[in-house]
Amino acid sequence: MASTLTDAVLKPAAPTLTDAGRFLASRLRQIGIFVALLVIVTLFQLLTAGKLLQPDNVSNIIVQNSYILLLAIGMVMIIVAGHIDLSVGSVAAFVGAMSGIMIQDWNLPWWLAFTASLVIGGLVGAWQGFWVAYMGIPAFIVTLAGMLVFRGLTQITLENRRITGFPAEYRQLGGGFLFPGLFPADTNILDWTTVGLGLLAAGLLIGSQLRGRATRAKLKLDDEPMAWFATKLAFGAVVILGLTYLLASSRSGTPIVLVVLGLLVVTYSAVMGNSVFGRHIYARGGNLQAAQLSGVNTKKIDFYLFVNMGVLAALAGLIFTGRLNSAGPGAGNLFELDAIAAAFIGGAAVTGGVGTVIGAITGGLIMGVLNNGMSLLGVGSDYQQFIKGMVLLLAVGFDVFNKRRASSALK
Amino acid sequence: MTEHILEMRGISKTFPGVKALSDVNLAVSRGEVHAICGENGAGKSTLMKVLSGVYPHGTYEGDIRFDGEAVSFKDIKDSEHSGIVIIHQELALSPYLSVAENIFLGNERSSRGFIDWNETNVEAAKLLKRVGLTLNPVVRAGDIGVGKQQLVEIAKALSKNVKLLILDEPTAALNDEDSAHLLGLVKGLRDEGVTSIIISHKLNEIRAIADSVTILRDGRTIETLSLHDGSVTEDRIIKGMVGRELKNRYPERKPSIGAEILRVEDWTVHHPQEHSRVIVDRANLSVRAGEIVGVAGLMGAGRTELAMSIFGRSYGSNISGKLYKDGKEISVRTVSEAIRHGIAYATEDRKRYGLNLLDDIKRNISGAALGKLARRGWVDSGREAVVAGGYRTSMNIKAPSVTSVTGKLSGGNQQKVVLSKWMFADPDVLILDEPTRGIDVGAKYEIYTIINSLAAQGKAVVVISSELPELLGICDRIYTLAEGSITAEVPIGEATPELLMQHMTKEKD
Repeated sequence: MASTLTDAVLKPAAPTLTDAGRFLASRLRQIGIFVALLVIVTLFQLLTAGKLLQPDNVSNIIVQNSYILLLAIGMVMIIVAGHIDLSVGSVAAFVGAMSGIMIQDWNLPWWLAFTASLVIGGLVGAWQGFWVAYMGIPAFIVTLAGMLVFRGLTQITLENRRITGFPAEYRQLGGGFLFPGLFPADTNILDWTTVGLGLLAAGLLIGSQLRGRATRAKLKLDDEPMAWFATKLAFGAVVILGLTYLLASSRSGTPIVLVVLGLLVVTYSAVMGNSVFGRHIYARGGNLQAAQLSGVNTKKIDFYLFVNMGVLAALAGLIFTGRLNSAGPGAGNLFELDAIAAAFIGGAAVTGGVGTVIGAITGGLIMGVLNNGMSLLGVGSDYQQFIKGMVLLLAVGFDVFNKRRASSALK
Repeated sequence: MTEHILEMRGISKTFPGVKALSDVNLAVSRGEVHAICGENGAGKSTLMKVLSGVYPHGTYEGDIRFDGEAVSFKDIKDSEHSGIVIIHQELALSPYLSVAENIFLGNERSSRGFIDWNETNVEAAKLLKRVGLTLNPVVRAGDIGVGKQQLVEIAKALSKNVKLLILDEPTAALNDEDSAHLLGLVKGLRDEGVTSIIISHKLNEIRAIADSVTILRDGRTIETLSLHDGSVTEDRIIKGMVGRELKNRYPERKPSIGAEILRVEDWTVHHPQEHSRVIVDRANLSVRAGEIVGVAGLMGAGRTELAMSIFGRSYGSNISGKLYKDGKEISVRTVSEAIRHGIAYATEDRKRYGLNLLDDIKRNISGAALGKLARRGWVDSGREAVVAGGYRTSMNIKAPSVTSVTGKLSGGNQQKVVLSKWMFADPDVLILDEPTRGIDVGAKYEIYTIINSLAAQGKAVVVISSELPELLGICDRIYTLAEGSITAEVPIGEATPELLMQHMTKEKD
């Protein structure tokens, strides 16, 4: 009897979609964000008559947005845990300023200044994490205070000057390229370093996915349909190889910051998906009390999340400063809002518990492509702000609508 | 023939992929208390949502006649206007507003847009008196107990000139005393001419106050029985609900009891904020391997507080007393220490404290013992899915896959996920707090079977429950708790509901 009951509930009474259609619909939330990025890229590619995807412009988009994407990684982790960080722009500016002081005033070598800057970022994060985790002050308040405090400290440190003239090594991180002399750009051939890296990345992606699928098959676990898996994999490979081709034919090859970013995305995706720490972040954000009653040390999680965010903000500060070759009092203004917007466009939930690194990166790219495309079209910054605001609202609105439809379908 | 205040005919409601109601008929006579019974998922709540306009006219098939007229409600306001008020299982009071403000929320006593506070409070006091509450209407709703909040909800319904009151599981969160009061009130309202529909899992309550009962199963009306002549027994109702006669509501078990595993001595716990208030007072208890020990107590007796304070001090302050595990004293200051010492606690409120409803089944199951699946901080997701798949089969968790989100499961299946989580942690002592709350009869039996098999594996099981028949049905020994003190320890052979109740209501000297 019990089984007839479940059958009645689980069996669709009136199938309205084909199986494949229903499967795609169920994945819509997962892939919606990638589709959106694709649509926006296509749209601007058409509107700008092909300027958007010109090799040098693609390289430019990556470098221009690298620090926001970097911040978005840390931000989505914080948001998944149910917090927010409003201070990252100020922290990035503060660390940039400190690195300037260390290099120009104290004459430290660039590598020591780098290391010290990351440590400073970690300490700043520890400070904020302490208030959030152990004093129980809401992160919104702590980091709102941090936003003011570290903006102030930036200005105090710089005594209202602007530090420029950073050494070439320092500037590599934000503005450098991999082995630029190896394959001179004036000849009209591909940059083979980039091609090699791209092939390696695509190979690793396919290899790891196939291995994962093989393991799941060996363990006799349910898996997604082969067609879907293959499509996803092919799509990923095409994107990587397409990007490789574009960068390889650009003037300077692979930006160093892209390699850094790529490594961080892979590492942090793995941390969020497969490490105990990452699982505990989702558990903490999904249901704080349930996590605590499962023995998760949620205070420690909160603390280290902010330490991590501090280090990433420091790295963003170094990249930004290096790219502009300048550390100024107004640097990093509104970075936090771009990073937060990226995380939410990428599907993170305001209440915590939901969100992915890849989503946040895609969200950040959507914003980046919008910015770049509109600039290419000569749209004024007034309209750009307006459009970006609407995109954020619509993206989250679409997500909420989708969720509601999914839950009402199940009563 | 009695006049029907409500007739629902041929109601069908389809959700994408699921037929929730098919051709349901319901006829309620004027001035009666009409119960609706059915397992979880039988369609009770859906039917009430159709009736109250949550699902507006046009989204379902069939006709509704209320008070002699065909009606087609567009929304809840519409149905309330006709005199149908529904009180949901989850109370909908705003905790920061006063009782009076809550009663007149959306229906404010005002003139020209300004609230008349005197009239609001005077009228509220009158309504509160009608539901038997002597309460200052200006206190905040969040500051009164759940039982009183439920009565405030009814007062709110009365303020709307209710003709048909629908109560969805009104006593699920109430203790026996508050339940009795509430049920008495429903009877009183009947005598004043208010018809009630009551949805409940508690069959003894239905038998006590309802005039008739309609049984739903799998989205269909099975039968409507009159309860007047007393010939309809609880077992008869259960038979209708599950489609079979449940001869034994509790599975057979031959206990084999071993050595003592956990002993608690002189356990005293204070309130987490008011440090001088004693919540648990010098409690002593022990549980042996293979034994199922019950803890009986009325709401507020300190049952959950006792359990949670033992479980890594997750409740309370100034905790004193000693814990012995396998005869040796242990120190347990955090939940993770408790888990390490082999103690597990499955909460009474699985949605708030037990599950991450946003996450899937497998990640919830692995949640309390992720370390067992991890090496150097990295989780083996493949093995995790295998483990979870094993529990899905052995615990009979009804879900398409272990990647299904727990928030979409029924109460019984959610409870099985919580139990799986703790079974995977492989504790020696399991404290189960209200393990069958809000679960239908069929699933309850499954949960009891699981509890028995845990005991048969040599685990020490403590079951906290407010349902005495349940404790009498599954335990080997029962402690009674009253006002934070353990008032008696009763072997199952001597235990009767009357005796337990006596000890549970003992006053402190």
